[in-house]
Amino acid sequence: MVSTLTPEMVRSWLRGVKDPEVPVLDIVELGLVRSIQIGDAGEVQVDITPTYSGCPAMEVIEGEVAEVLAQHGVVEGTVKRVFSPPWTTAWMTSEAREKLQAYGIAPPPSGEVESTSPVAMGATVRAVPCPFCGSTNTTLQSAFGSTACKSLHTCQQCHQPFEHFKAH
Amino acid sequence: MNDLFEYLLRLGDDRLILGHRLSEWCGHGPVLEEDIALTNIALDLIGQANLFLGLAGEVEGAGRDADALAFLRTDVEFRNLQLTEIPCGDFGFTVARQFLFDAYSWHLLGALTSSQHDGLAGLAARSRKEVTYHLRHSSEWVLRLGDGTEESHRRVQDAFDAAWRYTGELFLPDAVDTNLLAQGIGADLPALKPIWDEMVTDVLGRATLDVPDVTPTAMNSRSGSHTEHLGHLLSEMQFLARSNPGAKW
Repeated sequence: MVSTLTPEMVRSWLRGVKDPEVPVLDIVELGLVRSIQIGDAGEVQVDITPTYSGCPAMEVIEGEVAEVLAQHGVVEGTVKRVFSPPWTTAWMTSEAREKLQAYGIAPPPSGEVESTSPVAMGATVRAVPCPFCGSTNTTLQSAFGSTACKSLHTCQQCHQPFEHFKAH
Repeated sequence: MNDLFEYLLRLGDDRLILGHRLSEWCGHGPVLEEDIALTNIALDLIGQANLFLGLAGEVEGAGRDADALAFLRTDVEFRNLQLTEIPCGDFGFTVARQFLFDAYSWHLLGALTSSQHDGLAGLAARSRKEVTYHLRHSSEWVLRLGDGTEESHRRVQDAFDAAWRYTGELFLPDAVDTNLLAQGIGADLPALKPIWDEMVTDVLGRATLDVPDVTPTAMNSRSGSHTEHLGHLLSEMQFLARSNPGAKW
């Protein structure tokens, strides 16, 4: 039975592993799963990449991936952390962006992050559309929020404070 | 002496010690958003330290992991810059030190992304994305404090004047740097100094602050010379791990 195992099957199992800090997203659509290797004896190695170096969710995610592999009868399952190339929000699927929006978190822009000056240059901050009313009349409260991946904003139109999954 | 192990300790220790210093602001930030920002940056730095020290342990091959290196070494075995260990002082000093370090770290990690050592290059690229956010944040505060009120200007200028003497060794290569540069693994520190100078001079100028007229002092942090502050920092950082050996949660 194990000989019929394919990376696609393992990938579909991993859709069940959610990001504990953004539970509306799974690790596949977040772009954390970098590769799945299956050995001759049915052993499985899943390579995952962290979003941020200090993201406390990584250990939880690794534990859950190992558990999912075990639940599906994989005898030798390993989870490996890879760092290169570094994770980017460009790897997030469009489906994931829509889910974030519906969850009330403004999604990161699609595509590669534009390179801007690393030092402050005045008012060059891109307006993030409000996930509730769609207005672009919003202000950045802080580039650092409740988790490493999010920033804090306020909508001047509907007066709703909201979070934004930062372009990274 | 394993040069690569030493080099990775330097990268890890800078981030561990500065991350610990920033974590002291938890619950004491001037406003809630800044409390969250300082602790987010602390978390990034400690996360980076975990990666660099983890790789250092692998390179050393003596069975020490990141935790053993972080919690079971004494002050003279630490390789962090003195700039990272001196106390936070007021918010102005915290910002000034952070900006000087972020600008250094951003250029250094940028150079290391093309290291011939794949593991080091990967961690440098991973960390640099985070440092880009830190640098933008600390430079914004330099502008705001420098070009703010009379008091904020005076206090952040005092902070830069006090921090400046610790910046001399940032770009001073020793044998470890020279050997690793020759192998294509390490960064060319003297080549980074002019671009760091340019960035710092630009931001201080726009913040209406003066580049300090202070001669940096020789420090030898990379060989284990530290201020009296590091031992006190370690006693707080290490006591839990040392009094409960091998504890997990």
